[in-house]
Amino acid sequence: MNATWSRFNIVSITLGFAFLYLPIVLLVIFSFNESKLVTVWGGFSTKWYSALFRNQGLMDAAWVTFRVGLLSATIATILGTLAALALTRYTRFRGRVLFSGMVFAPLVMPEVITGLSLLLLFVAIGFDRGFMTVTLAHVTFAMCYVAVVVQSRLVSFDRSLEEAAMDLGATPVKTFFAVTLPVILPAVISGWMLAFTLSLDDLVIASFTSGPGATTLPMKIYSQVRLGVTPEINAACTILIGIVTLGVITVSVVNKRREVQRQRDEHAAQRG
Amino acid sequence: MQRAIAALTSRLVIVVPYLWLLAFFLVPFIIVFKISLSTTAIAMPPYEPVMTLSNGIGAFFAQFRDLHFDNYAWLGGDPLYMRAYLSSVVIAAISTFLALLIGFPVAYGMARAPATLRPTLLMLVILPFWTSFLIRVYAWIGILKPEGLLNQFLLFTGIIDTPLVILNTHTAIFIGIVYSYLPFMILPLYASLEKMDYSLIEAANDLGCPPISAFWKITFPLALPGVIAGCLLVFIPAVGEFVIPDLLGGSQTLMIGKTLWNEFFANRDWPVASAVAIILLLLLVVPIMFFQQAQARAQEQGK
Repeated sequence: MNATWSRFNIVSITLGFAFLYLPIVLLVIFSFNESKLVTVWGGFSTKWYSALFRNQGLMDAAWVTFRVGLLSATIATILGTLAALALTRYTRFRGRVLFSGMVFAPLVMPEVITGLSLLLLFVAIGFDRGFMTVTLAHVTFAMCYVAVVVQSRLVSFDRSLEEAAMDLGATPVKTFFAVTLPVILPAVISGWMLAFTLSLDDLVIASFTSGPGATTLPMKIYSQVRLGVTPEINAACTILIGIVTLGVITVSVVNKRREVQRQRDEHAAQRG
Repeated sequence: MQRAIAALTSRLVIVVPYLWLLAFFLVPFIIVFKISLSTTAIAMPPYEPVMTLSNGIGAFFAQFRDLHFDNYAWLGGDPLYMRAYLSSVVIAAISTFLALLIGFPVAYGMARAPATLRPTLLMLVILPFWTSFLIRVYAWIGILKPEGLLNQFLLFTGIIDTPLVILNTHTAIFIGIVYSYLPFMILPLYASLEKMDYSLIEAANDLGCPPISAFWKITFPLALPGVIAGCLLVFIPAVGEFVIPDLLGGSQTLMIGKTLWNEFFANRDWPVASAVAIILLLLLVVPIMFFQQAQARAQEQGK
């Protein structure tokens, strides 16, 4: 009985992961295709990568995207962490229902609505569209993701540690930086990474809120994809996938090491 | 003094993100609603101003008489928009169901996997979510094209004689949505299934309950919070999806996200685009509130 179930489980996991990964693997393989035809294999070549680095338009867009991502992820992490603290630590304040609503709603809000509404706001207050407007828009939706990630860590946090620090005379700010932040840091880092990749990926919201001179990489890729599939785009996508995969793996390895270290320390403290 | 500083910092923790979300999330919706009541103008911005405060309070209230509901009447009168809303909801619902059918066995398999393997499996589900949405949708164009990889494979193995037409059909949109949103379905399902006590199923089996009815009587009800959360996480964004119908669905596909995009970027009709957005929001307000309550409940349970 048990054996058949586990076979069923293994088959379903394998098929599920094949479905999730096969398209990405194929895309990466065909970025090394000699032929200009994306779907016919013509031998191994890295020529599309060199073509990519000579494409000034794409390179400019990549630079804009990178700067927007860095800035928006950093602001979103600060605001999202504050929002998570507000939601877990203060169970009663005026307008809490509205606040938690505004934190969770952007997670599922269709991007076309978020994009359009932010654009109309920027037009209404006479803010010139460009680098800053895309950044502000990305902060707004990314901070909600950060808040959810950090909140899940704060919920399991042992508050007596904070109370002990305050009893010993630490100010709330000092307590936060000396006690709370080190514990929730893995979640804050994951939140930053998530915010950064969300910003890196976003097409719809950027298209609405961007202006002349602030074309992001997804906007550029999208305008080329509409004209057809090209190996150059495959190469650009492969580089992006490589960067993100490397980042995610690094963070998870670092987090795991910290976790192991922390458990070892706690163990040592209990014995000593 | 110290107490005052403590009170001030705790106030700031709430006030700063609160104000940000008010300014950049709530106020924009009010502006969208306002502009949806305006009329198109050949100017920049391309709409007639409504409800300004520039002429004083008395004039402000007088403006209520001049509000136009023409854009809504226009949307109601044109069957194209109604069909777009309807087909968006239908496409999103079918895709959500397919994602549940595919996601459930995967999540179940993960929950029953050896405990040492689970973090790796979880990581493997989350990883595609970190790769660009646009890239993942784009990857499917090369696979689904008439001369694409899927047809090449099927022709090569002799399963079919003539290439299948999949790209630019509803099937391609279903594949795209299921593929892109599958991690959102698997994660909440896995979270509920992992907590489940599997000795319950063994007990049911021992008492002679067949596996299928044990599934419907035990596993499914216990996984229900995950099923609801997963379905909402897929359904709500899928209704307003733009990239997938645009790249995989071809020109004749009607989905409201694409309609809104075209009203805005191609027709430059901002007031109608705003009205489309407001009705889409009204359509989604019930599922969104449902989702928020589920989130809040999960948060309370976590404590």
